[in-house]
Amino acid sequence: MVNEGPYTHQASDSAYLFAKATLEKGHQIHRVFFYHDGVNNATRLTEPPQDDRNVVTRWSKLAEDHGVDLVVCVAAAMRRGIRDENLAPGFRISGLGQLVESGIQADRLVVFGD
Amino acid sequence: MNETTGGIEDGDGSGIVKKFMFVNRKAPYGTIYALEGLEVVLISAAFDQDVSMVFLDDGVYQLAKGQHTKAIDVKNFSPTYRALEGYDIEKLYVERESLEIRGLNAGDLLVPVEVLSSAAMGDLMKTQDVVIGF
Amino acid sequence: MLHIVNKSPFENTTLASCLRVACKGGGGALLLIEDGVYAATKNSIAGNVVRSAMGDIQVYALWPDVEARGIQDRVLEGVKMVDYGGFVDLVVEHSNVQSWL
Repeated sequence: MVNEGPYTHQASDSAYLFAKATLEKGHQIHRVFFYHDGVNNATRLTEPPQDDRNVVTRWSKLAEDHGVDLVVCVAAAMRRGIRDENLAPGFRISGLGQLVESGIQADRLVVFGD
Repeated sequence: MNETTGGIEDGDGSGIVKKFMFVNRKAPYGTIYALEGLEVVLISAAFDQDVSMVFLDDGVYQLAKGQHTKAIDVKNFSPTYRALEGYDIEKLYVERESLEIRGLNAGDLLVPVEVLSSAAMGDLMKTQDVVIGF
Repeated sequence: MLHIVNKSPFENTTLASCLRVACKGGGGALLLIEDGVYAATKNSIAGNVVRSAMGDIQVYALWPDVEARGIQDRVLEGVKMVDYGGFVDLVVEHSNVQSWL
């Protein structure tokens, strides 16, 4: 679960690096759920300076390479102007039930936020 | 799309019941965490899980009586805590020390809660399957 | 149980709350990440608090965050360093995880 947007807080970076290490160790990631300002990780309109990491495309690549399900909370997204039309590849918008379902299905749930 | 359970209705069909603990440590209104946290708790009720809510540190202010938010133009969501019972969310725990530090006692809160020592709170946390903090 | 703290102990009471509940509750592990790693510095007030908690709880710090902040030469003795892979292992080893946000 990622609760902060990119760049302002380290949460998204920590979550991404943790997710990568999880996959490298041979574990599976059931889902990454983006909540609160974390929904801002999903906008394809993000354009960081060239010498900086691109937090958004990094998530998209994780989805593409490993089939990780990236879910953005619909209510949190609508509050913050994140819609299907500005969603980066690999992300999908769905309900909070997806978070609870992950808690039920996965062996562990780790929260990254502020 | 409106707020939904994400296409998953009345549990996920797996029959698994886990212990979910939602840990609220932030005051309302100053940030959105308390409100959006409460939204997760309400959705979780549809999944027939063993849900408890914990109020620690500034989280106890979420339950303070007498919240009037008209003048800050933000919705007062404190009545929702009173409605939790209707969602079968009845396990509300507050840490005694968090209350005492703030000069509060259980009588200052909107809803009946179980007041626990820090040690009892720690013991309860250890027994959970999923802990989500806001 | 694994407890994760990501806040500096010098501007926030999160670490104190975590230790109050986690230590009295008995055992488990504490992982310091992001600004939380400042709690692992020796000769600091927070470091002293962490040192005295070590009898009750295993303390880890995320090395990439320690190194990023330039505190690698001032780390309190007894704090175990882990990388992101070690972070994953800690999550696996403990039955549940609480991020003290």
